[in-house]
Amino acid sequence: MKYLCLVYLEGEKLHAVADSECMACGAGFRKSGLLIAAEALQPIETATTVRVRNGKVSITDGPFAETKEQLSGFYLIEARDLNDAIQVASKIPPAREGSIEVRPIRELNPE
Amino acid sequence: MTATDHIHETVNAVYLSDSRRVLATLIRLLGDFDVAEEAMHDAFRAALEQWPREGVPTNPRAWLVSAGRFKAIDGLRRRKRFDSLDELGDQADIAVTDTAAWADEESVEDDRLRLIFTCCHPALGPDAQVALTLREVCGLTTEEIAHAFLTPPPTLAQRIVRAKAKIRDARIPYQVPTRAELPERLDAVLRVIYLVFNEGYAASSGTAVTRHDLSAEAIRLGRLLVELLPAFDPNRASPAPPGTEPEAVGLLALMLLHESRRAARTSPSGDVILLDDQDRSLWDRAQIAEGIQLVRQALSSRQIGPYTIQAAIAAVHAEAPTAAATDWAEIVGLYDVLLRAESSPVIELNRAVAVAMRDGPAAGLALVDAILGRGDLSDYRLTHAARAELCRRLGKHAEARASYGRAIALTRQEPERRFLERRLAELPK
Repeated sequence: MKYLCLVYLEGEKLHAVADSECMACGAGFRKSGLLIAAEALQPIETATTVRVRNGKVSITDGPFAETKEQLSGFYLIEARDLNDAIQVASKIPPAREGSIEVRPIRELNPE
Repeated sequence: MTATDHIHETVNAVYLSDSRRVLATLIRLLGDFDVAEEAMHDAFRAALEQWPREGVPTNPRAWLVSAGRFKAIDGLRRRKRFDSLDELGDQADIAVTDTAAWADEESVEDDRLRLIFTCCHPALGPDAQVALTLREVCGLTTEEIAHAFLTPPPTLAQRIVRAKAKIRDARIPYQVPTRAELPERLDAVLRVIYLVFNEGYAASSGTAVTRHDLSAEAIRLGRLLVELLPAFDPNRASPAPPGTEPEAVGLLALMLLHESRRAARTSPSGDVILLDDQDRSLWDRAQIAEGIQLVRQALSSRQIGPYTIQAAIAAVHAEAPTAAATDWAEIVGLYDVLLRAESSPVIELNRAVAVAMRDGPAAGLALVDAILGRGDLSDYRLTHAARAELCRRLGKHAEARASYGRAIALTRQEPERRFLERRLAELPK
């Protein structure tokens, strides 16, 4: 069984925990074979929402998902830039029904 | 005038004509808005020092780009003294060898398009798109933009800082969109330009009806876009030459035709004058002629979009010698086409007013009431102003009074309020 553990933090507490501590935790999990993938995210201001309706891609600023919508899956992708990522996101089938939030990964700082 | 004064004047002239081009290219070469902006200012500072001594270079723009890039790399080097210099060293070599890449006219014009599309990227909020475009593409200062949008300068500055941070952190690329992406991306650019125009033309709040500078800036932007953008007709194998993208041409026509009425739209005391009552001899004939010619050009393309149709409607008004001679049947027909291209209650409202002019106020009122009956546009001041006007013409004074009241309660613009209050006072008791 695989589980997705989602991290929630208030905006002002984004750096309340040192990156180095998170990296050590990830390394520990990986060593014991527990970890498949883990990433930190850039703050919510960097989010872009992609929807496809009637075959047309629509792009909006921010994570303005309908409150009825729930997190129902994720794809960790490798893309050249945001336009590239939007192209990929627009091909994810649920983009037609709900919305795909595209958020850049934040590189952890070991110091 | 001394030789140095003369050079200072030359540098100023180059700043006015070319600083946005220099910036657009530096953003591409340096990959960062803030670094590029600082580099551009350093380059102009260097020009003020060096040109009096060494003479004005044959290609000032290429000189400025080259100087800006050198200064930026030099700055990064000094800041990263203890980091590895190898990578930056490679970049500096490129700077020396690929001068052709930025002296070349075509790639410089592409840079300006890249800048426009990046500032109007739909991943940025609409307010941020407008602010960033006016700042980076038009070169307005933060204070000027804040003043024009009645926003406190720190709020506006913050908006620009956040937009630049998102470009950097979410990695919004500095490029002209591919043909597949173009329709949506071009819509965003046209929307930003029209928003800026409307903000200047009919400010939604504040004391002055027109804030001329923003409209003039939007028209300049519209011209630039038409000039730079090739037409992307999906039915053609290769892009058509620049200057022919139909909706960009249509938008420019629409703005020129609206702008042509500026002098006739307000009385010397700043009061609103409706289209019917305007002194048509005050309309700017040169802008009308250019607007009509552009509408014809856009209509002759195979893709006719909402901006072109709206421009065609404005052209019908512009061609009428008197208000009474307006071809309302033609205007209603164009609104029908517009509703098919882009259905919206506001367009329906405009169509209802045109129908009232063609078939009489009762026909128009029935359409306005149908829109309100559906629950649309009940908080839109112009719905109630139009309804009041139609009721007045039909002699339904009590209903007219109620609708003027709603319109007055909803308007936030001083001259418009005065106009509506005057109309209300003129109703027979």
